[in-house]
Amino acid sequence: MKAGLLIFLIFISWGLYANSFTAMDSPWDDGKAIILNWKLSPMTRNVQIQRITDSENIVTVLNTTLPEGEFVDSALEVNHEHHYRLIAQFDEDTLSLETTATTREQWFYMRKLGFLILLVIVCIAIIYYIQSARRGKEFYIRRIAGLDSMEEAIGRATEKGRPILYVPGISDLDDIQTIASLTILSHLAERSAEYNTELIVPCRFSMVLSAAKEVVKEAYIKAGRPDAYKAENIFYLTDDQFGYVAGIDGIMLREKPAANFFMGSFYAESLILAETGFATGAIQTAGTAQAHQLPFFVVSCDYTLIGEELFAASAYLSKDPQQLGSLKGHDFGKLMVIILIIVGVILEIFGISVLKDFIAGASS
Amino acid sequence: MKRSLPLILAFLVGFVVILSEFIPHRPFNQIVSTLEQWFMIISGFAILLGQISLIRMNTHKIVNKLPDWQYYLAGLISFALMLIFGILWGMQETPGLLGSGEGISSWLGAKPFDYLFTNAYMPLSATLFSLLAFFIASAAYRAFIIRGLESNLLMITAVIVIIGRTSIGTMLTGWLPESMQFWHFPILADFIMEYPNSAAQRAILISAGLGIVGSSLRIILGIERSYLGGEK
Repeated sequence: MKAGLLIFLIFISWGLYANSFTAMDSPWDDGKAIILNWKLSPMTRNVQIQRITDSENIVTVLNTTLPEGEFVDSALEVNHEHHYRLIAQFDEDTLSLETTATTREQWFYMRKLGFLILLVIVCIAIIYYIQSARRGKEFYIRRIAGLDSMEEAIGRATEKGRPILYVPGISDLDDIQTIASLTILSHLAERSAEYNTELIVPCRFSMVLSAAKEVVKEAYIKAGRPDAYKAENIFYLTDDQFGYVAGIDGIMLREKPAANFFMGSFYAESLILAETGFATGAIQTAGTAQAHQLPFFVVSCDYTLIGEELFAASAYLSKDPQQLGSLKGHDFGKLMVIILIIVGVILEIFGISVLKDFIAGASS
Repeated sequence: MKRSLPLILAFLVGFVVILSEFIPHRPFNQIVSTLEQWFMIISGFAILLGQISLIRMNTHKIVNKLPDWQYYLAGLISFALMLIFGILWGMQETPGLLGSGEGISSWLGAKPFDYLFTNAYMPLSATLFSLLAFFIASAAYRAFIIRGLESNLLMITAVIVIIGRTSIGTMLTGWLPESMQFWHFPILADFIMEYPNSAAQRAILISAGLGIVGSSLRIILGIERSYLGGEK
């Protein structure tokens, strides 16, 4: 009688755990992932999930001891039906469940909605300020000492009759910092053409070399001094990081430039360059958005453009109202970020994570 | 047209790349990788420009016997040697025009290109990188000279972090009771790195991010044109 009751109770408890295995397309994505969910009896010893391909090949995608869980199978074929089999092992039994799901590519990454909204707000603000500038409104832009010093550096080089060295960073043309650096180079080349001061631009990549040559040549033409342009002063050194540094150090020690400009993306070589330049007694200006290299430049250079100042440099130097207007848009973005941080901190203190999750979703 | 076409291309490509960041559907999700492949192809061809520039510049200095012309000669010889060895016997698993050069490889212990890479290039590169240690010392010395309140604070913070990251820090304040653990040098150093330092770095990163948005927008809208070599 007792044994019968025990078997009945086990049967009932087993029945309470309706074993399930489901698969569904991962929503709002590029259609390359399927979400698999399983819920089995707590007495499950091992779970194996397999994907059965069209050619009946079996690919094991997961092996686990968890009786319940979720797994995302990614890098799948888009818009295609995928078959899955779950094999659960109990003490003395084995259970097999099968399911299918079709991947579907979507037209919007929902998790990036927060990012999109912030981007749109910042872009609208920048365009608004640009339009205001076009209508003649004047904006106050704070002084950037590093950029104001450009005249001083060129003047010093002219007085000493020594060249100016301009290093456009060690990244290729696909880095926005290199583009920003080339825009600064354009203004610097124009001034050096006016002062008839030699400008040396060693490049690490051929693409940067081509762009730098074009930028400097146009700047000399714009300054009305095409005859002063020396194509051989803008040259390629090497693709190798430390070979490039060795080459520039050699130029600094041999040519003794009166002014060094390090603008763009820099890594471990930043301090080697800046300290060598310091040793030669040159007036040095650096600018980068690499937060880890900024302390080295701050210590070794006379002026440093920190982060956004590098990107603002071209607008600041051009004095073009439209470009200056866009800088006001940056300020609006900063104000928005400050407000979001304060609101986010307050909400988190009260245990509300809506804002954090909304914005953090963009980076997941 | 010479100026308009690049501007139109910059606008179209910039706009499509921004869209592709938010649209996972084909063809948008493949655009970035396709453009990156295009960039690699163009870069491949552009390498030739770099080599021509390198040879022309060095040859000019050698032929005209400009000061220190010997260094440029050494540079050209090194370039030519690596190029010739690479073409003749290849590198690593890739054979060259004369095959894998088993004879010369067994004599040197590696292919000539790989031999020079390991025994000449690598030590030179490591030597230059190791200079960083001495430059950090000289730069730190200048930074830590006490001139005012800011440099004083900088020096105190730096000393705490330096001591906290070495075994002497653990030894100096290891005796502190549980209630005063915050003042234990390693914990204090971790706190400085994790909170004030991270906060400052993130502020720089956020402002740089906004700068990138603004800069990109100026380029996409054609307001910023100096990267094309001229203004309007």
